[in-house]
Amino acid sequence: MRFAIGLLTILAIASIIGTVLKQNEPYPNYAFEFGQFWFVAFEKLGLYDVYHSSWFLLILAFLVLSTTLCIIRNGPAFLRDMKGFRERATDNSLRAMRHSQQLALTLDEERATRLLQGHGLRVKRAARDDGSVLLAAKKGSANKLGYFFAHIAMVVICIGGLMDGNLPLKLGELTGSIKPETRDLPQAQIPEQSRLGTGNLSFRGSVTVPEGKSADVIFLNSGNGYLVQELPFIVTLKKFHVDYYSNGMPKLFASDLVITDKGSGKTSEHTIKVNHPLVVDGVAIYQASFGDGGSPLQLKAWNLQTPQAAPTEIKGNSLGAQPLKVNGRDYKLEFGELRVFNVENTGTPGSDDKSLAQRLNDARSVRQDTKALKNIGPSISFKLRDQHGQAREYQHYMAPMQQDGEWYQVAGVRSDVAQPFQYLRIPLDKDMSIASFMRLYAALKNPALYDEIRARTTAKAMQGQAISPAMQQQFSDSVRWVLSRFAQGGFGALEQFLDDKVPADKRQAIAQTYIKILQGAVVDVMDVAQARAGLPAWPQDAKHYRFLLDSLVSVSALQDYAAPVYLEMSGFDQVQASGLQMTRSPGKNVVYLGSLLLVIGIILMFYVREVRVWLLLQRDGTRLAMTSNRHNRDLDQDFERMVGYLNKQAGEA
Amino acid sequence: MEMVLQQPLYKRLAAGDWLYALLIIVAAGYSFSLYGSAMDYYEQLILVGSSIGLVALGWFWPSWRWFFPLAGGVSLLAIQLYDHNLARAAESFGLKYLLSSQSSFMWMCTLFFLATVLYWAGTLSRAGLLMRMGSGLTWAAAVFALAGLFTRWYESYLIAPDVGRIPVSNLYEVFILFCLITALMYLYYEAKFAVRQVGAFVLLVISAAVGFILWYTFDRQAHEIQPLIPALQSWWMKIHVPANFVGYGAFAMSAMIGVAQLLIRRGILASRLPSAEVLDEVMYKAIAVGFLFFTIATILGAMWAADAWGGYWSWDPKETWALIVWLNYAAWLHMRLVKGWRGEPLAWWAVVGLLVTSFAFIGVNMFLSGLHSYGAL
Ligand code: HEM
Repeated sequence: MRFAIGLLTILAIASIIGTVLKQNEPYPNYAFEFGQFWFVAFEKLGLYDVYHSSWFLLILAFLVLSTTLCIIRNGPAFLRDMKGFRERATDNSLRAMRHSQQLALTLDEERATRLLQGHGLRVKRAARDDGSVLLAAKKGSANKLGYFFAHIAMVVICIGGLMDGNLPLKLGELTGSIKPETRDLPQAQIPEQSRLGTGNLSFRGSVTVPEGKSADVIFLNSGNGYLVQELPFIVTLKKFHVDYYSNGMPKLFASDLVITDKGSGKTSEHTIKVNHPLVVDGVAIYQASFGDGGSPLQLKAWNLQTPQAAPTEIKGNSLGAQPLKVNGRDYKLEFGELRVFNVENTGTPGSDDKSLAQRLNDARSVRQDTKALKNIGPSISFKLRDQHGQAREYQHYMAPMQQDGEWYQVAGVRSDVAQPFQYLRIPLDKDMSIASFMRLYAALKNPALYDEIRARTTAKAMQGQAISPAMQQQFSDSVRWVLSRFAQGGFGALEQFLDDKVPADKRQAIAQTYIKILQGAVVDVMDVAQARAGLPAWPQDAKHYRFLLDSLVSVSALQDYAAPVYLEMSGFDQVQASGLQMTRSPGKNVVYLGSLLLVIGIILMFYVREVRVWLLLQRDGTRLAMTSNRHNRDLDQDFERMVGYLNKQAGEA
Repeated sequence: MEMVLQQPLYKRLAAGDWLYALLIIVAAGYSFSLYGSAMDYYEQLILVGSSIGLVALGWFWPSWRWFFPLAGGVSLLAIQLYDHNLARAAESFGLKYLLSSQSSFMWMCTLFFLATVLYWAGTLSRAGLLMRMGSGLTWAAAVFALAGLFTRWYESYLIAPDVGRIPVSNLYEVFILFCLITALMYLYYEAKFAVRQVGAFVLLVISAAVGFILWYTFDRQAHEIQPLIPALQSWWMKIHVPANFVGYGAFAMSAMIGVAQLLIRRGILASRLPSAEVLDEVMYKAIAVGFLFFTIATILGAMWAADAWGGYWSWDPKETWALIVWLNYAAWLHMRLVKGWRGEPLAWWAVVGLLVTSFAFIGVNMFLSGLHSYGAL
């Protein structure tokens, strides 16, 4: 008993470790987190998969053993006690019971037996040498059965758990007949020793199947690597479905599957959903996850060195990689996932500055309108890798996004996966295209146009009497200088210049001047760009002016974009993939049986009260004695009532 | 637990018992005639099962016979006032200030706080009247809680038919369930063992939960009804969660009774509280009930997991902590039943048990990530 409690405590502590330390992560993550020494130490202790470590299983085995021994040891005595009526109780032992009283009444045997039986007691009679009769009665013997049920249940549940555990695999790994694969190999090249046949009785693993593709194996995690489990059938994913609620939360994940039996070649079609698995040949198939399955993409590549040129069309596949040649250089374009839905929580509008009244009002409402979940449309992520192997990661959104009443195309960039994306917002023209921006960008990047631009800007400044004739030349030079500096390095370059060359007290004023110049000149840049392209003049209104100011911000941000091309996603044909988990668990029903036994056992143990009553019928009186397994307060009451009852019955007779 | 001299159950039932059963059966039959066509096989099974459960509960505990119909009636009134239109929540006076689910919950919170104050005042001043008022307010709070849950259930369908769902599926809703169940269990024991003074202690845990509910509402807007993600769309949830909270409620109550017992054994408030032996027994009974329901809930959880996650046991943090809680109380019960422990050590242990239970209940959601995704803070 003490040993068992000790084991239970160790089990509890081990379980806590398993919840605090994330289990079954890739090993490099642990090494990174703990450092080499602790990483190795923890690995030796099996802390990365506590619940399958040898010592954890050993504790479980000991518990099973100890509980079994307990049943074997206590069992016979319990059974005897359950069957027996203790009708051999002596006068002394009856008198010694805590609830025992000599009553001055006589009952005849038959009547006494009926009285006891009338209250659901079973009665056994024993005649004694002195002529008296002992009626030994009891009810609630099932209470003792509860002990058997609850403890046998523990053994049964543990056995069921062991049947589904990975014990055979562990043994295989120990003897060397099974070896987990740690490399990322195509399925066909995985060596035999990492493969498990269809005869394997118990497994749990998963596989990702793109739409239109099939799988006939799954992958099991095993320590640092994985094993390949052959299936007795082929699963083909016809179509994957996702549905959303109107607020953008997912409502349904479902896969239309075709199952082909490997032996007979028979096929059948099924749909599985979360919470609605399918069982084939004893293998349960679950909807576990989903993702992109490699979707054909159409993109427009804008060459950022010649942005005025029309973009070229590129085709690609999400999750695929392809070479890309830009301006004579070779790059590798590595596509990531295509995400068709991007649901974002655009926040609780103004939640911080609400008045108390407002909050009280909100607290009364159950509507779901304060969390603004919104689908912002498809996105594609990709990396562009140069000849030196350096890469930046990009995330481009396809749908225009509206902010403060204007429309933009949004693209994120980062040079390090650990960093958040920096977002670029390119303003869209009235055709919802980035072409106007690219035209402006091209003109800004083209020094050959600067003379024409600065002439226009200076003329306007003169006209508006913003500058005196004496300053004309100087102003014109400034325009040229600001434009070229900005085109080369954005706002950052201008700031850099101020920091390096201008005394601190003058910076503010000069910065203002530069900004003014830029804001004035950008109108002329656009005009020149439009004229060169043979397009009508850029309208002069607040909306179009804002476009130009937004463009300045984008041009500056393109510095950090640092790619030779801007890839605009123009279309895709979505191919989804479904993550299927498959299990074969022969121990499941054993565990359920054990669970049933456990519940029955607990109910019997706690809610069936074992009560024994003895009536010793003597010639001149009656002795009443009662015992119960526990709950003495209840027995006090029972005993009192029994005394009263017997007195009354005897009086009536 | 049957007394030895009691008649068998069927002989003990009086006209009132049968009348109550009839009421439940008629109500269930009426619901079926209205919605039977929309129910699937499981839902019909649940309707039958819950009717039997309600009848049994009413026979077992007479107070339930007025409590449940009253709470049901209140929510039916709210539904009447809604008249199929969620916007009425802000227009109808009765809904806005009393019966919409959120108003009900706010009343529940207020009444629980008041009840706590009255219980304490009554216990300290030995004023039976104040304590009886405390019980009365606790009952009233429980009516608002249950009626509010029913009303919320209806409101979820008004938001959109596909949003409709039972309100036991996020942290906000289960906290209300926790308050309701703990209060009801306490009221049962209060009547059975005449331990009204303990209310002062039990209501403290409930008040703490109420404090959380208020913070969660005002700071996080957690009360908004969100639809169910696919993993939670399962009828297992409907029984797994309430069973779990009977367990949590009972454990919380036993811990507070443990606190009262420890104080008495140190002579604090001893003259104002019931005897330590009585409390010891109530504490044991509460843990026994909690253990039974917690066991059932864990098993139901395993069966659900077998449907949803592909395995009845995945060592997910919530599961693992449920096991730890279970082992903890199994050990507690062994010490009492096998080793014959009583009194102080077990009282301390029950108090510590509440810490373990609270971690399994809230701590896991806050600090550990896993497959259980119903209520991150
Ligand atoms: C389900 C709730 C459980 C209850 C109510 C319960 C109750 C009991 C009782 C009444 C005894 C003592 C029998 C006697 O009077 O000698 C006992 C002994 C024991 N129980 Fe449990 N038990 C439960 C679960 C467990 C669990 C989960 C384990 C461990 C896996 C366990 C392991 C043991 C052991 C090892 C003994 C000692 C047997 C001996 O050496 O005498 N029990 N339990």
